[in-house]
Amino acid sequence: MSLYLGIDVGSVSTDVALIDPRNGLVAGAYLMTRGQPIRVVQEALDEIAAAATVPHEISGVGTTGSGRHLAAAIVGADAVKNEITAHAVAALARVPDARTVIEIGGQDSKIIILRDGVVVDFAMNSVCAAGTGSFLDRQASRLGIPIEEFGTIALRSKNPVRIAGRCAVFAESDMIHKQQVGHTVEDIVWGLCQALVRNYLNNVGKGKEIRPPVVFQGGVAANAGMKKAFEEALGMEVIVPGEHKLMGAIGAAILAREARPKPATSFKGFDVARQRFVSGGFECSGCSNMCEVTEIRSGDSLVARWGGRCGKWSS
Amino acid sequence: MRVTFPRMGNSHIPLRALFESAGVEVVLPPPSSRRTVALGARHSPEFACFPLKLNIGNFIEAAESGADTMVMAGGIGPCRFGYYAQVEREILADMGFDLEMVVLEPPCTGWVGLASRIRKITGGCGVTGLLRAARLAWVKCGAVDEIESVSRKARPVERSRGAVTRAMEEALALLDDAGTVTAARKALAAGCEMIWSATGFPVDDPEPIRVGIVGEIFMVLDGFSNMDVERRLGEMGVEVHRFLSMGEWVRSNLLPKSFMPHEAREMVALASPYLNYFVGGHGVESVGGVRVYARLGFDGVVQIMPFTCMPEIVAQSVLKNVSRDHSIPVLTLSLDEHTAEAGLQTRLEAFVDLLKRRRVMKAAGRTEEGVTPL
Ligand code: SF4
Repeated sequence: MSLYLGIDVGSVSTDVALIDPRNGLVAGAYLMTRGQPIRVVQEALDEIAAAATVPHEISGVGTTGSGRHLAAAIVGADAVKNEITAHAVAALARVPDARTVIEIGGQDSKIIILRDGVVVDFAMNSVCAAGTGSFLDRQASRLGIPIEEFGTIALRSKNPVRIAGRCAVFAESDMIHKQQVGHTVEDIVWGLCQALVRNYLNNVGKGKEIRPPVVFQGGVAANAGMKKAFEEALGMEVIVPGEHKLMGAIGAAILAREARPKPATSFKGFDVARQRFVSGGFECSGCSNMCEVTEIRSGDSLVARWGGRCGKWSS
Repeated sequence: MRVTFPRMGNSHIPLRALFESAGVEVVLPPPSSRRTVALGARHSPEFACFPLKLNIGNFIEAAESGADTMVMAGGIGPCRFGYYAQVEREILADMGFDLEMVVLEPPCTGWVGLASRIRKITGGCGVTGLLRAARLAWVKCGAVDEIESVSRKARPVERSRGAVTRAMEEALALLDDAGTVTAARKALAAGCEMIWSATGFPVDDPEPIRVGIVGEIFMVLDGFSNMDVERRLGEMGVEVHRFLSMGEWVRSNLLPKSFMPHEAREMVALASPYLNYFVGGHGVESVGGVRVYARLGFDGVVQIMPFTCMPEIVAQSVLKNVSRDHSIPVLTLSLDEHTAEAGLQTRLEAFVDLLKRRRVMKAAGRTEEGVTPL
């Protein structure tokens, strides 16, 4: 069967998805980037290769996320698209009449407004990390509860406490204060979910017309407390697709499929997982910009180079 | 006296011409670089806006190369810019630099003050000499605007990426070297020729997506601080336009009212149903500008501002309604020294994708709520 591979390299997590020609998920992998994007892409490819049991042939590869150019260079990609397009396309594949996409990942969050299957507006958080996956992880570990249980604990709350969610620092200190005053963990966790949703709607979603169906995706969508808080705040149902964690990669794979016709895929094969890539860099002295140029090498050959402001170093 | 002034896009070309032909020695700060940002950010208050940090960096680097007099513009109105010159002087004095600061307050605060400050710098140069210098500077100012504008048109159709930008740099260097008005005019003509031929004269001319730029003038004009938004958009095949330019600024702020460009008046007039109050900087023009672009049938608008810029934040909140009422998408970029290039690129790409898809949808005659044809 001819399958399509999508890779989403974010700063916190990296996900890879293998889809069939009808956009169904064949195999997926979700790993932490840990500041080593090349290694993690290789590991994820290994996992996918092992998980894909059906005989297959890769007909296209797409990459997205902040590491999309890097990933494209090491695996050989047919489509390199930004996160907004990838997430929108994936949401539409799961909920064809979706009109709003809420996406909250490890380090950033975004809102995408769709009308008639087309992105008509979007916004991304720019400054505040409150509400993103990393922040929730930190609060969970500070409260001593596993992140997987965070959501279900929130749902047990009887008396919500109001947490100041304006910014991550305030939210944290306010939580500590509420704990000291004696509120229960359930109530605090639920209060936090509500605060983060308020923060999201005020910062990222500000001024956007949120209409149903609303699709909630990204790592944070696993959190049942956040889903419920969104539903309460918006007064409408919020749909969390089963593959909510892999939507970026699924979108990239779909975009690769749509990028045809092309004579053949540029995919270099799953063997790249065994290749040794070395990333390095240097400061260009071509002009006063002194750009930091990054390069990826494999053995003696240069795989990719980018980073100059003038375009002199991009292929 | 060795005069210096901060960098802002290509404004050093006319400014240098102005001072040098009036017989003043100029020490240009080296082009802004990562070092400039690092120096400026280290010695400026964290909450100051990005232009101040860059100014400080420029002044430090100019002082290192021997400048002893700084020329800085002043300002009036609710925006912080008005006291930046004073803040900068104090910061540099605290750092132990022995620099004199000459603040050129806008002429609406009094021509006499401005004239006496100019005399202070130009010293021995007589009135005729001054007028001749001003004329050369004005011609170069117009030429810079023209070269930039031609490049914005040429970039989306260039055959090999980066060719237009390289030709533009050459054209600007040619202009910078010109010592007389005649030479400057020749340099302009030759430069524009170079830029067009750098496109490789594409034959099939698809209609590119058109995007207008509004925002805070320093960030809009300074490609270094806006991370080359114009070039990035151009290289995605977008034709970029902006009303803001040095020439426009001089006409609107230094010359008598009758010289004010038509578009500038229109921008103020069109802003009034949404924002009928001077909020400082170009806040009002940003609001009106979006309406002008909507009228001209542009596909979208990018608003550029330094992080924490008050006038533009006011404009931004109003722009939500303007954008909805006129069905024109507006992307706001709020930038400073912490801005990551990857994030900026993502926003721009997503914006351009959005505009392309909208156009396809409109061509297909599909209109639904919120997306009516312009
Ligand atoms: S990469 Fe280009 S812009 Fe950057 S320092 Fe080198 S020559 Fe200058």
